[in-house]
Amino acid sequence: MIAFEVVDALRGYQRIEVPEEINLNLMEVLKASEYHIPATCGGMALCATCQVEVTSGIERLPPPTEIEMDMLDQLPGCTAQSRLACQIKINENLSGTVFNLHHQ
Amino acid sequence: MVTTDICVIGAGPVGLFSVFEAGLLRMRCHIVDVLPQIGGQLSEIYPKKPIYDIPGYPEIKAEELVEKIYQQIQPFKPTFTLGERVDSLSRTEAGDFIIITADQTQINAKAIVIAGGLGCFEPRKPTLDRLEYFEGRGVEYMVKNPEKFRDKKLVIAGGGDSALDWSIYLAEIAESVTLVHRNESFRGAPDSTEKVLHLASQGRLELFLNASLHSLQGNGVLTAVEIINKKGLVNKIDADYMIPLFGLSPKLGPIGEWGLNIDKNAIEVNTLDYSTNIPGIYAIGDINTYPGKLKLILCGFHEAALMAQSAFKFVYPHHKLSFKYTTVNGINSF
Repeated sequence: MIAFEVVDALRGYQRIEVPEEINLNLMEVLKASEYHIPATCGGMALCATCQVEVTSGIERLPPPTEIEMDMLDQLPGCTAQSRLACQIKINENLSGTVFNLHHQ
Repeated sequence: MVTTDICVIGAGPVGLFSVFEAGLLRMRCHIVDVLPQIGGQLSEIYPKKPIYDIPGYPEIKAEELVEKIYQQIQPFKPTFTLGERVDSLSRTEAGDFIIITADQTQINAKAIVIAGGLGCFEPRKPTLDRLEYFEGRGVEYMVKNPEKFRDKKLVIAGGGDSALDWSIYLAEIAESVTLVHRNESFRGAPDSTEKVLHLASQGRLELFLNASLHSLQGNGVLTAVEIINKKGLVNKIDADYMIPLFGLSPKLGPIGEWGLNIDKNAIEVNTLDYSTNIPGIYAIGDINTYPGKLKLILCGFHEAALMAQSAFKFVYPHHKLSFKYTTVNGINSF
């Protein structure tokens, strides 16, 4: 099991566990966990509606790709901890990571 | 005032294709979209992306699909109101619908088809105190008429192509342009970046990199913008206008207040004909929801076909509808 934490203004703190072999990205897992994330573009890093802040453990994640950087760079209020959930693959790197959800 | 059979809200692929299905049944359509161009998400978000699940096209770029559907609906002479957000809905005494846009365009229609995708694209807004107060008093999210900014002092925020392109353009006509970007480099088109850096080196544009918007100042109208850099140093820039250009993000918008049954930002429909809880209003494509809903363009096309059959009965309650394949009589254009 891979376990990480999600902080959300509406639902507060929640621990999420997913099987290791799951082949999904974080946006898909958050949607499946019924978080309200529009994910307009469906995971192409083109809409930024799945923006999250990685408040702990960002150093364990692979750095953003060029396409993710292009989108992050356009956003107001984007910080060094900002990522797009659709570009974060679920794997053991995520264990212990804390994600803070942006509400749009 | 525009009078039509069906007012289609949303000019994405599904909204456009509904013109075809309505046209086959001799119903005219008028399309309204908040974006200045047709195509919805396909034009705004991913024009160059290939799509692989459109029947008949093993692979087609999003912008090409929009163009093909636009060609396909030409026989039915659709009319358009683009760049205007649909605001209010009311009824005439005869029961027709009246739609009024934010720019006061009025559309009278017998039926309404909401093909609004994930809602209307609205500018992403920075988090700033009193931002809403200054909207229309110096804060502008779009450059609709550049002449408005002639000989004015402008602060532009953002690092994408539109921030770069408008900074270059407005540097020619404005009294001053200050461009604020939170990073130390730009990821927009290289030649636009080069032009901005060149203008900055000539003193025709002031550049604040590694900086972000801090506060807005003014009494009644905007007079200055404070900018803060990563070290916490604040600069006050005199400004008549502040133009944040951080791209667009979809919101359901005023349609959410029309009395339609809504579940998680989507409109509930009856899968018999994709009608909503208000007779005469249909919802098709990504904006609707029903058990088993799949947000696919091809599903939206199917929904458009069934919607048109039902809308015909609503628009022409006393006419008999005989279903015909396009292969029998071809397309009878208007």
